[in-house]
Amino acid sequence: MTTSTAAGLGIRIEGLRKRYGEGGAAVDALRDVNMVVAPGEVVGLVGPSGSGKSTLLKCLGAVIEPTAGRMSLGEQVIYDDGWKTKDLRALRRDRIGFIFQAPYLIPFLDVTDNVALLPMLAGRSNEDSRRRALELLAALDVRHRAKAQPSQLSGGEQQRVAIARALVTRPPVILADEPTAPLDSERALGVMRILNRMAEQTKTAIVVVTHDEKILPTFKRIYHIRDGKTYEEAGEGRAFS
Amino acid sequence: MISLAGRDILHSWGKFVLTGIGLGLLIGVTLSMAGIYRGMVDDAQALLANSGADLWVVQQDTLGPYAEPSSIRDDAYRGILGMPGVAAAANVTYLTMQVREAAADAGADAGVRAMVVGFEPGQPGEPPYLIDGRRIARSHYEAVADAKTGFVVGDRIRIRRHDYAVVGLTRRMVSSSGDPMIFIPLKDAQEAQFLKDNDAILNERARTAANPALNRPGVPGLLEAIQGAQTVNRSVNAVLVRVGNNASASEVARRIQRWKHLQTYTQAEMEEILVARLIATSARQIAMFLVILSLVSAAIVAFIIYTMTLGKIREIAVLKLIGTRDRTIAGMILQQALGLGLIGFVAGKTVATLWAPIFPKYVLLIPGDAVRGFVAVMAICAIASTLAIRAALKIDPATAIGG
Ligand SMILES: Nc1ncnc2c1ncn2[C@@H]1O[C@H](COP(=O)(O)OP(=O)(O)OP(=O)(O)O)[C@@H](O)[C@H]1O
Ligand SMILES: [Mg+2]
Repeated sequence: MTTSTAAGLGIRIEGLRKRYGEGGAAVDALRDVNMVVAPGEVVGLVGPSGSGKSTLLKCLGAVIEPTAGRMSLGEQVIYDDGWKTKDLRALRRDRIGFIFQAPYLIPFLDVTDNVALLPMLAGRSNEDSRRRALELLAALDVRHRAKAQPSQLSGGEQQRVAIARALVTRPPVILADEPTAPLDSERALGVMRILNRMAEQTKTAIVVVTHDEKILPTFKRIYHIRDGKTYEEAGEGRAFS
Repeated sequence: MISLAGRDILHSWGKFVLTGIGLGLLIGVTLSMAGIYRGMVDDAQALLANSGADLWVVQQDTLGPYAEPSSIRDDAYRGILGMPGVAAAANVTYLTMQVREAAADAGADAGVRAMVVGFEPGQPGEPPYLIDGRRIARSHYEAVADAKTGFVVGDRIRIRRHDYAVVGLTRRMVSSSGDPMIFIPLKDAQEAQFLKDNDAILNERARTAANPALNRPGVPGLLEAIQGAQTVNRSVNAVLVRVGNNASASEVARRIQRWKHLQTYTQAEMEEILVARLIATSARQIAMFLVILSLVSAAIVAFIIYTMTLGKIREIAVLKLIGTRDRTIAGMILQQALGLGLIGFVAGKTVATLWAPIFPKYVLLIPGDAVRGFVAVMAICAIASTLAIRAALKIDPATAIGG
């Protein structure tokens, strides 16, 4: 499985449940989550605080284990009342790009190497990885900060570097938790434009958790989550001008 | 692939360098301790090599003359000289005492602690080479001092009741405990060794005179004879023997032992006594220090690396989340610990070299110890990093996503 040709898988989640803790202290964070994201599609995931959005991303990102249900990426079932794939770390590295609410850049690497780190870890050459990183930094409008240290960037710039990092291996799935929260509306829309273009070009399935009113109109489909259950809704899917 | 550890070190080099220097001072102390031990061994070997002897003949059943007091009659060497295989045999005395400049008054100037050696010119026991001045030419009241005493040619020094002119200087002539040597003619040394100061002599005389068994009214001259005998010394501490070219030292030693009833040591045996017995306690003391310093260094490295790792929990969680292998993360922490050790070792070796000459005793830094020290530092750092590595591997990648 190489990182650059894994595109076009899509996500399917059926009857997913997640219970934290046991006995009286148990919390049913996810009760019945159903979700389908086609390759090349960007869907929104919205819901009140504590409704289970982060929990869902963690399950889908294979960092916590669901309690029951089924998740597949394309044809491959990754969870069916238990993990169906042994190497979750490789799964994350090769198939999933993460964008967090806070950028969490590696403070001791410059901007370029923060982005280039993933392909390097996957065994690509340094020049190759850096070239790809610079392309993405250019696309995200932070190319001029390529040699800077993360601590020297503004919050918005850091977030765009983090987005570049998630995109750099062209993963078939991108999970984003509040990616536009620290950005102004123009930049937030810019990020959504890049995610949409990325989805279209490489058939990436993208899930964006958001509260951000500014970007809600950009989704064609939105999943609402309330008390651990998902409800689907058509969005405006407004085209970018 | 880039070196994550290297980048982290470069990023926070100030912290690394300061910690490394702190660790380096500890390592420097450790290397110096080893150097002190090596210096002691080297002092002992210099003592043996510079004495110009193949055999040490000492009092029966003693480890003398350096490790235990030894006293033998000063005419014993004649019998030894006549034995087959013996090329030279000469009396020597050793006396460790305070020696000060003649002009200084006893209270004001404590003087230097030195080993006063009595020897016969031209015989074993004479200092082999001088760095200044000349050999002792007169049979009384001339001295050759080691440069470490601080005396220079032309100084007058006081040993017991007599003043001596310093006529020559030696280098690296020290006793097994590191005290510099002062060489004086044997007869003077015998006197110095056994003649006490004026008060003690007057005391002794009075006591002898008061003893009715020794001071008999009917026997004139008895008291004077006894008092005279009390103040003449017919003992030396050892006889140094040089064996002939074709003789076997151990063979000659066996013969002296058998026929003269005197303990005889070869150079190898003497070295064993000095190094394995005399220095043994100090060596254990130093070994104890080395163990403690190693533990302290390990604790410091463990603590620093652990704190630095805990300061990077978020970043490590992100690294794990995006698929970095445990091996890569453990490798990063291990390399940082080793990097710290490397900085520490370089700093330690530097300070140990810089401050070695200031030590009052000889500090001998040998490359082998540096290599062993380096390996030990690296091993200690590797072990110390395991704590941080375990903590890092326990970090949950889910913490990167947050709530
Ligand atoms: N590790 C955990 N252990 C126990 N309960 C948890 C844990 N993580 C989350 N929960 C609970 O699960 C529920 C869903 O939490 P989750 O973090 O998924 O909410 P969210 O939708 O991301 O909220 P927000 O918008 O505030 O980030 C909450 O009631 C929360 O208290
Ligand atoms: Mg959340």
